[in-house]
Amino acid sequence: MTLTAGSKLEKILKSGQKAVTCECGPPRGADAEHFRHKASYLKECADAVNVTDNQTAVVRFCSLAACRILMDMGIEPVMQMVTRDMNRIALQSNVLGAAALGIKNLLCLTGDHNSFGDHPQAKNVHDLDSVQLLAAVKGMRDDGKMISGTEVVGRPQMFLGAAVNPFADPFEFRVVRMAKKIKAGAQFVQTQCIYDMERFAKFMQMANDMGLTEQCYVLAGVTPFKSVGMANYMKKFVPGMLVPDSYIQRLKGVPKEKQAEEGIKIAVEQIQQLLEIKGVAGIHLMAIEWEEKAPEILKAAGLLPRPKVD
Amino acid sequence: MVVAESKPVTEILEMIKEFKKVVVAGCKGCVTVCNSGGEKEVGILASELRLARKVAGNDLEVVEYTCERQCDPEYIEPLDDLVKDADAVVSIACSVGPQYIAARYPFLPVFPGLNTVFIGGAAEHGVWKEYCQACGQCIIGDFGGLCPVARCAKSLMNGPCGGSSGGKCEVGKGTIDCIWHLIYERLKNLGQLSKLENPWGFKNWSTSRDGGPRTMIREELRK
Repeated sequence: MTLTAGSKLEKILKSGQKAVTCECGPPRGADAEHFRHKASYLKECADAVNVTDNQTAVVRFCSLAACRILMDMGIEPVMQMVTRDMNRIALQSNVLGAAALGIKNLLCLTGDHNSFGDHPQAKNVHDLDSVQLLAAVKGMRDDGKMISGTEVVGRPQMFLGAAVNPFADPFEFRVVRMAKKIKAGAQFVQTQCIYDMERFAKFMQMANDMGLTEQCYVLAGVTPFKSVGMANYMKKFVPGMLVPDSYIQRLKGVPKEKQAEEGIKIAVEQIQQLLEIKGVAGIHLMAIEWEEKAPEILKAAGLLPRPKVD
Repeated sequence: MVVAESKPVTEILEMIKEFKKVVVAGCKGCVTVCNSGGEKEVGILASELRLARKVAGNDLEVVEYTCERQCDPEYIEPLDDLVKDADAVVSIACSVGPQYIAARYPFLPVFPGLNTVFIGGAAEHGVWKEYCQACGQCIIGDFGGLCPVARCAKSLMNGPCGGSSGGKCEVGKGTIDCIWHLIYERLKNLGQLSKLENPWGFKNWSTSRDGGPRTMIREELRK
């Protein structure tokens, strides 16, 4: 098995076992304890934990520091990095710093537009986009060169990831864009939350037909509904997300105090369905501010305990 | 053209509150085309300022003049006589105008009466849209003749991003076309979708504002 970075995530995926990543967002303040507490639920149930980078363009404590905290807890991080807030100088610098700290998984993203966050008056950067960031890190890792051509002394060994959203438009282009990310350097992708199974299955069929799932691991995104209110919110207000009415009806059909439980049941069923789809190499669980439910969901889906790798 | 919009009159009144006599200078260039700074608008703004100050019991004398163009030194020359006994100038050109006037009259206060918004074009009567960010190195030939730098909210080179839905950008609550969706449709029409398959490389922003304020020199015209 040839490894690029030798992260636990990379080893599990390359061994052919289904991988599990979970998301953990740093808080809107310097409260490390709060972050440690959320992450502690994920320790035994995720192969690696994604640390978001100022998600939804809201200021939180930085991804690099949060990754370091996870490592101190014995949790492997997937560092997310968005191109919205930093130019190529700062991005490359942070990649080198992250590698120097021993971070081995990097997810390259463009990021949500700043107009959605808590500082809509901010000047955004967008010097690079996510595809260019992948290419930049791959260049530093494999060719030992920065974008400028400057030699990198001590190459950053990163297992490179990207995001894909099969539910955005134009649909036919989504798989082409995934191929583009793979060409640029993506070794694994994590998808947007999947609710529309039919559309996702179509997307995966296209990806399989193009041979993409042989070149890149696909981790299917799952976000459990806490309530019918949350499901409605995601359907109406989260850009690029398709929530079928059948789920909303199902949640409406149970008493309010049972909706969270029903949401978990749905998530477990979704995970089981997703793992049956050809080309799905694992699950990316984004239990937003509901990390304590991750063990229950993953156990019920038959994904615990996690395999050990050397 | 450069598209600009009027500042609120209250903002202009605040700028000139201490003065008794001002020149309102318009421009017959782009801002006339987008109906924000031409001869007609000079007349309207001058009347509004006079009236507001009259109501406040603090009469204002306003001199009206519209330059051929405020972005050429020779066209602002006629202001020389008009500003002699004026306390200030309110320019309703794009922001090049007030800066040229300020450069010409070192001891005269100059205020902008417009907000310069973008480089764009008319979509329909009364509606203008941004088309260009003046990045100094036009790349639209690679994107079906459409500009992702100015017209994608994230200036993506390899888009569309995950927020594109039904041909609309996630920014602007459905009022902005996803330019990448349009690029995709156009390249499909042209049979050139393969152009979108390979990663587009790092853009050189040094020709943009990122390289510092720019100068263009045409040697053959300088002689």
